[in-house]
Amino acid sequence: MPLKFKKPDSLTDIAMHYCPGCTHGIIHRLVANAIDTLGIEGKTVGIASVGCSVFAYNYFTCDMQQASHGRAPAVATGVKRSLPDRIVFTYQGDGDLAAIGTAEIVHAAARGENITVIFVNNAIYGMTGGQMAPTTLNGQVTLTSPYGRRQQEGHPVRMSEMLSTLDGARYIERVSVHNPAHIIKAGKSIIKAFEMQLRGEGFSMIEVLSTCPTNLKMSPVKALKWVENNMIPFYPLGIIKDGSVKV
Amino acid sequence: MEQKLMKGNEAIAEAAIRAGLKFYAGYPITPQTELPEYLAKHMEKSGGTFIQAESEISAINMVYGAAGAGIRAMTSSSSPGISLKQEGISYIVGSELPCVIVNVMRTGPGLGGIHPSQSDYFQAVKGGGHGDYKMLVLAPNSVQEMYDFTIDAFDIADKYRNPVMILADGILGQMMEAVNLYTPATEKFDKSWATTGTYKKRKHNIINSLYIKPEESETLNKRLQAKYKIMAQNEQRVEIINPDADIMLVAFGIVARVAKQVLDDAKSQNLSVGLIRPLTVWPFPSKAFKTAAKAYLTIELNSGQMVEDVRLEVNGRAPVHFLGKMGGKVLTVDDIMAKLKQIAGA
Ligand SMILES: Cc1ncc(C[n+]2csc(CCOP(=O)(O)OP(=O)(O)O)c2C)c(N)n1
Ligand code: SF4
Ligand SMILES: [Mg+2]
Repeated sequence: MPLKFKKPDSLTDIAMHYCPGCTHGIIHRLVANAIDTLGIEGKTVGIASVGCSVFAYNYFTCDMQQASHGRAPAVATGVKRSLPDRIVFTYQGDGDLAAIGTAEIVHAAARGENITVIFVNNAIYGMTGGQMAPTTLNGQVTLTSPYGRRQQEGHPVRMSEMLSTLDGARYIERVSVHNPAHIIKAGKSIIKAFEMQLRGEGFSMIEVLSTCPTNLKMSPVKALKWVENNMIPFYPLGIIKDGSVKV
Repeated sequence: MEQKLMKGNEAIAEAAIRAGLKFYAGYPITPQTELPEYLAKHMEKSGGTFIQAESEISAINMVYGAAGAGIRAMTSSSSPGISLKQEGISYIVGSELPCVIVNVMRTGPGLGGIHPSQSDYFQAVKGGGHGDYKMLVLAPNSVQEMYDFTIDAFDIADKYRNPVMILADGILGQMMEAVNLYTPATEKFDKSWATTGTYKKRKHNIINSLYIKPEESETLNKRLQAKYKIMAQNEQRVEIINPDADIMLVAFGIVARVAKQVLDDAKSQNLSVGLIRPLTVWPFPSKAFKTAAKAYLTIELNSGQMVEDVRLEVNGRAPVHFLGKMGGKVLTVDDIMAKLKQIAGA
């Protein structure tokens, strides 16, 4: 029988630590698949952030740096400006990118840094055990919004829309991995973002709606449904900004 | 040799370029701003990158990325900005990356003031950020030393894979003196650990300070402490004048310049006074304190920070006095002479 599916070459053999049903693993595979597809493994440097994906440095076969909480776009800037012909990506959670690291992502985009950002929005702080994230939905109960997120806890932040107002941001798209069709679509978008970097087009970000079944306290399947029914209406999918050169 | 009249801040910038600086990120703050301004103008010509970052936090993290990519990187700031960099410095130490960090100190706490100060001594030599770590800290006292120490700082950082700090102050940054300019021979350091891309020829390199298992964290910490022990043995730098004097002044940076003037006055008034000037404040030059002095007088532009290290070295063998000045004014020869007479008469 012909081989239909295998682990991308750009993923190591180390067993991932993610909870069962967590979609971080799927998103890792999509990134690795993009690296394989474009044949850039040898010249790619990835930046892991602080969050559940902190150990991403163990999972990708390319060179990796681990950044402090929120600062991955600054670290990526340092790498990319030092080695302009390498491909540099960050992999960041929503707490990392949209709370503590807001300044770094905004200014990396404003400078038009030629990097690719994979922004994993699961509407929660996964790693620290389920506190409110900047992306937590209105009314959503978390450990630090026990009455459901209200006005006084602040409204969720749509980072992709915000960043799209910056001239330096070239390509911003929001995708989801809640079902196979969307996973395939997300994979294509990630490849496109890396291709743009290869052509030197500047800052690109793919926001991926993701699940944290553990902290949503849902089964993996229910968590996927929750993304479809609750997250997508607030965080609409699609291309938010496309300044890419048409090829 | 080429000579040029320069501000201290500019001397650091020029020396850094000649030492092979290829990445700088910083954020404006008085009294160090001439340093990034100089680099903004001159770095591109030497094939380097200058970035005015959105904050000191971002700047130190850019330096982390660049250092991890295997090139010579630097950031600079003044006291409040250095406080902001502390988490990043700790990560750089934990990931064993080389870089140079310049602190042109101003007064604190808080927003403090823009006048010279030495009140970040503890922060610089005792760690500053979280975790058990040290930086090698160089304390220049002239514009020429701002230049010379910067050249050395890059080599020391690469040799030990540890950040090196240049601890200056507002006067040293702002004052102008003639500087001998030279370009050092570039030493080659092994940077096979850098994340430059595997090109599928080796296993991936990882720049990281996370060691979740206690045993692994202990291993890293032991390796760092072993490194600091070697640094403490090999890298102490000190200037000693009149080592056999009855009273030894101890001073670093700009105050040591005033102290040198005091030596002449003291001699004319028949006081036997010498000077110990640490050029490295970490490692602290312990070997300089094996004197037979009857008393020590530590002078600093703070409430008494280095004096604690002096007391540790003297270890009760002689009284250790202190004279300090806070708020941004510099101690004068008269201030120090008055204190010396008091000690000599006592
Ligand atoms: C300076 C700092 N503050 C706080 C933390 C603790 N912390 C670790 S991960 C995390 C939240 C991460 O959430 P997110 O970015 O959404 O990633 P996820 O785990 O959900 O994928 C926090 C607050 C830290 N490591 N460093
Ligand atoms: S806590 Fe949530 S985000 Fe983290 S691994 Fe588990 S399911 Fe994934
Ligand atoms: Mg999250």
